[in-house]
Amino acid sequence: MTMVLGIPLGVLLGQLLLGLINGAFYALLSLGLAIIFGLLRIINFAHGAQYMLGAFAAVLALKYFGVNYWAALLLGPLLVGVLGMLIERYLLRRIAGEDHLYGLLLTFGLALIVEGSFVKLFGVSGASYPMPEQLKGGYNLGFMFLPVYRAWVIVVALIVCLATWFMIERTRLGSYLRAGTENPKLMQAFGINVPLLITLTYGFGAALAAFAGVLAAPIYSVTPTMGANLLIVVFAVVVIGGMGSIMGAIVTGLAMGLIEGVTKVFYPEAANTVVFLVMVLVLLVRPAGLFGKEA
Amino acid sequence: MTNFEINSVAQVVQPGAVEERRMAAVRRKRWFYMALLVLALVAPLAVYPVFLMKLLCFALFACAFNLLLGYAGLLSFGHAAFLASGGYVTGFLLTQYSGLSTELGILAGTLASALLGLVFGLLAIRRQGIYFAMITLALAQLVFFIYVQAPFTGGENGLHGVPRGYLLGLFDLNNNMTMYYFVLALFVFGFAVIQRTIHSPYGQVLKAIRENEPRAISLGYNVAAHKLLAFVISAALTGLAGSTKTVVFQLASLTDAHWHMSGEVILMTLLGGVGTVVGPLVGATVVVTLQSYLSNGPLGEWVHVILGVIFVICVLLFRVGIVGWVLKLARRNF
Repeated sequence: MTMVLGIPLGVLLGQLLLGLINGAFYALLSLGLAIIFGLLRIINFAHGAQYMLGAFAAVLALKYFGVNYWAALLLGPLLVGVLGMLIERYLLRRIAGEDHLYGLLLTFGLALIVEGSFVKLFGVSGASYPMPEQLKGGYNLGFMFLPVYRAWVIVVALIVCLATWFMIERTRLGSYLRAGTENPKLMQAFGINVPLLITLTYGFGAALAAFAGVLAAPIYSVTPTMGANLLIVVFAVVVIGGMGSIMGAIVTGLAMGLIEGVTKVFYPEAANTVVFLVMVLVLLVRPAGLFGKEA
Repeated sequence: MTNFEINSVAQVVQPGAVEERRMAAVRRKRWFYMALLVLALVAPLAVYPVFLMKLLCFALFACAFNLLLGYAGLLSFGHAAFLASGGYVTGFLLTQYSGLSTELGILAGTLASALLGLVFGLLAIRRQGIYFAMITLALAQLVFFIYVQAPFTGGENGLHGVPRGYLLGLFDLNNNMTMYYFVLALFVFGFAVIQRTIHSPYGQVLKAIRENEPRAISLGYNVAAHKLLAFVISAALTGLAGSTKTVVFQLASLTDAHWHMSGEVILMTLLGGVGTVVGPLVGATVVVTLQSYLSNGPLGEWVHVILGVIFVICVLLFRVGIVGWVLKLARRNF
């Protein structure tokens, strides 16, 4: 078997694949955070809870209504997206003119409520979600084994990320969004319904998180705290990338996943801290973030 | 301009009258603190001293946090790291070196947290606002993971049976009453440091930075250095609170390092009143009392949900906090 720096190639590639999957989730989540931040100027601390809600929506829909994976992939984001729009319309909008830190604190409170309730209702150990029939099994690539579902996660996450990028950078709706990020008052004066745009944006960000949650359900264990721990890593990813650019969020997310994967092979003790260490390094060298414009 | 402030606007009247009123306010404040101190001195006769000590530790924690949020306008989401570091260092030293007197153990914990605060501060003040909060949170999570794996923290189990020892080698701290008055003394010391900081010229500059950073820069102040010092003082006093807590409960655990703890101290400060001197004290009292009351009752498992609800209500409807609200009422009616 081929060896790379004393590590079998198959092991290294296997960990890189796992890293890429983690990276796909970082990308999806930091993308949502960046979109919400762009227009609302708040950090959505409930993002992890919305991701968790997506996963639980899939689990519960299957258990009680027999809704299959493919329907859940649509239904989960839809439900959480609507919930997000309600949160924006009735809670976040009330503090729109206040210090941006209040948005962080409000969504933090919401996350505590949602996660606390789910711990009470479903326990800390949570549930598991069966792999959909069509995506079971795997390919033997000769040098490594590639499970179908993991390939599917990477492909779908990439497609969704790129579609989102396309929508924001290349369509008319996206141009409204970008203009709203620059100058919401002027947009309103031009006759664009900015409050509606804000509601939709928050809903979309929440839906993206929930989509990631449904994707994660068959491979990660579905627990009430699955989002909270992930979110802090995503925050570090966002600090590394800077929230100025959509593509930056995607690239940084994937890159951090890969770095984590490599670390797991060569120095497993640091696997869950390496992203934070990269953040420290970036702050020292380039405080505004790799793709950031503002300090 | 931030909203994290409750300031009375000085009325334009004759200079003599202003001075008169200011002196009256100072006198009132002095009486208030005296009354509070007397209350704290007699409290253990009526209330279980261990509960009171817990309260004082968290109150100091919240006051230290408020120095940063209320007076420098910096929202740290990583203060759990300082609380835990103080606790672990003190706990480790007192367990390993049985000859060490307690106050030196606490001093070491405080210094360790100050040092960690310096590192956090140097990194985090490179960014502002929301990024500052995210960076401190991420750094605290880094510290949390280190403490999970490090050999001297006892990992998931934590450090148990930390000896309370003897104060100055003389007073037996295993006596709860002795311990209480020691903790009270430490709290008063920490509170005094914060008071002195706020009312010093340095504290005034800090407030100026909070209000208008570009202007403070243009006036020639070294904004980064001012922020960093505030961060280090806050981290050190948080470490003091953590060290003291470890000695009181003879325990240092990962709970203190978890980000929930960073959230809790924000809630205490917010609920009591950000940027008010006694607000964090009131907030800590309410939250700690609520927690210990709930954990014995049927609602014990809902603690986080209830804290979350208070959080949401505070942000939506009650941003001035309890003390801010009382001050507002007082100003309107007197």
